[in-house]
Amino acid sequence: MAALLEARDLKKYFKNPMGTLHAVDGIDFVLNEGETLGVVGESGCGKTTLGRTLIHLIKKTSGDILFEGVDASNPTKAELKVLREKMQIIFQDPYSSIDPRMSVSDTIMEPLIIQGLLSKSDRMAEVRRLMDTVGLAARLENSYPHELDGGRRQRIGVARALALKPKFIVCDEPVSALDVSIQAQIINLMLDLQEELGLSYMFVTHDLSVVKYISNDIMVMYLGNMVEKSPADELFKNPLHPYTKALLSAIPVPDIHKQVDRIIMQGEITSPINPRPGCRFKARCQYATDKCINPQELEEPTPGHFVACCNFKTI
Amino acid sequence: MFELEDNDNILEIRDLVVQYHTDEAVIHAVNGVNLTVKKGETIGLVGETGAGKTTIARAILRILQTPPAKFCGGEIVFKGEDIMKKTEPEMRKIRGDQIAMIFQDPMTALNPIEKVGFQIAEAIGLHNNIKKTEAERRACEMLEMVGIPMERYNEYPNQFSGGMKQRVVIAMALACNPDLLLADEPTTALDVTIQAQVLEMMRALKDTLGTSMVMITHDLGVVANCCNSVAVIYAGEIVEYGTAEHIFDYAKHPYTIGLFGSLPKLDSTDRRLSPIKGLMPDPTNLPEGCRFHERCPVATDKCSAQPPSVVEVSEGHLVKCFLAEVME
Repeated sequence: MAALLEARDLKKYFKNPMGTLHAVDGIDFVLNEGETLGVVGESGCGKTTLGRTLIHLIKKTSGDILFEGVDASNPTKAELKVLREKMQIIFQDPYSSIDPRMSVSDTIMEPLIIQGLLSKSDRMAEVRRLMDTVGLAARLENSYPHELDGGRRQRIGVARALALKPKFIVCDEPVSALDVSIQAQIINLMLDLQEELGLSYMFVTHDLSVVKYISNDIMVMYLGNMVEKSPADELFKNPLHPYTKALLSAIPVPDIHKQVDRIIMQGEITSPINPRPGCRFKARCQYATDKCINPQELEEPTPGHFVACCNFKTI
Repeated sequence: MFELEDNDNILEIRDLVVQYHTDEAVIHAVNGVNLTVKKGETIGLVGETGAGKTTIARAILRILQTPPAKFCGGEIVFKGEDIMKKTEPEMRKIRGDQIAMIFQDPMTALNPIEKVGFQIAEAIGLHNNIKKTEAERRACEMLEMVGIPMERYNEYPNQFSGGMKQRVVIAMALACNPDLLLADEPTTALDVTIQAQVLEMMRALKDTLGTSMVMITHDLGVVANCCNSVAVIYAGEIVEYGTAEHIFDYAKHPYTIGLFGSLPKLDSTDRRLSPIKGLMPDPTNLPEGCRFHERCPVATDKCSAQPPSVVEVSEGHLVKCFLAEVME
């Protein structure tokens, strides 16, 4: 399968009065066409920043982004407009990411107008087709967001992202603001669309059971670093990094017979401002040794399974 | 006041009806809820947004804003006395002392311009006739108990992370050693690792102090983790009630079954979830008959005509569905 998107040593730093915040600190990955990369981690680990940097919503600090094999690291304004047709985003909060003063059809149509696609009359037909695709009733086309519930609003977000027929969509916690029964509806919709249209997703979430469900590969992030990356099933069967192990054991399982012994991590995610070299998870890691003060190399113990921990063989 | 024996009911809610009366419409938030909480028990109240979970908790504490909220019937019996008949000064003595609440959002539940230690000491001082220094000493103890060093007594909420703020809220709720703790989505705003820490801590504290707890959540994983019994609530009604085993292993109500089907399972290989179709009904205009019939995969004509009654399918396992009647 052809590589669609590739990131090489991608970094995003933010300057703030306290120092430099290392939000994304050297991420490498390849995403193939029609596949989904799940990105998981706690709040503040840089997963949203990574998604936004990839589609140039915020400007990267360094590193390369390749899209369809072509360097797309520093696009000009004109190039960016072309890129945007192929890369879209679905935002986390369906309540604040939609303009409250635009009707449903206007919101979905806006990308088509900006890109100058289709004639005026065809646009409306296209909007209706999109609404049908995502399961929004035609009678809602003149409704405003405040008249709709969270699930329907998120469907607007999906329809808007699909309007330009993109190849790659960053899904930034698209279901975490929704109830479980609605969450399942949206996840199924996204899986259907992927099959039909051959989309590639980067699915950013903190919900590990959702991510296992939809991802081919999963990347675990901690304080701007990738600590582990592996095919989804393999990660759940055989987690190697102590952080991944703790994260997996922390998931509350909806089954009273499968209550596992939790690895309760002490403390909380440390500050990403001016981090010291070495493993960033060290302070919370029960297996930390003297070796952990050195920068962690990414190793590949089995094909496709990467881990950045100097002690993973012994734990 | 009488002493409670183990297995006595600390809280009994009978036919509780709460509505919100606004200019436009009447919102039927809670429609005849029956619920008992035994001493030392943790009961999970599970349902989706708008099911009426928080309204029930707030009704127990009588902190619903009236109007628009309106109690339209039923009684809430706490330790043998009807809370609805209490005067406001009596209620003020109960709140925070005998019944305490952990609010959903730790970011807004604390006063941003008071020191966290003071906020805990304030609650202790209000309910106990003790010196200020003694209240402060106990507040320090509470901080330590939830795993926050007492040196941080004089810090403000903005200096705390989300998980630590929620610990402070929990410390505040437990400060007066309440008989009943209402936890309204206590971990929803937290990361999964911090959630594990907080749940573990709540369970340990509950065991030490013997507090009864009503755990309000939409997360069945959290319920499996810490509840003895479970009430599933839909459109202001309890549709299924039973022990954790009843609900997790022998769920009978189509809504409960649908909730489980909506969850991605870690050990499943299916490529599609089986969600409940449709949306929660509008609480200003609830459907006739069974409230769930429009979304129910096994509904019959009978379901839209008349409301089902509650059936006890096995001891202590209550289901509000015609299907359960047939099965029986």
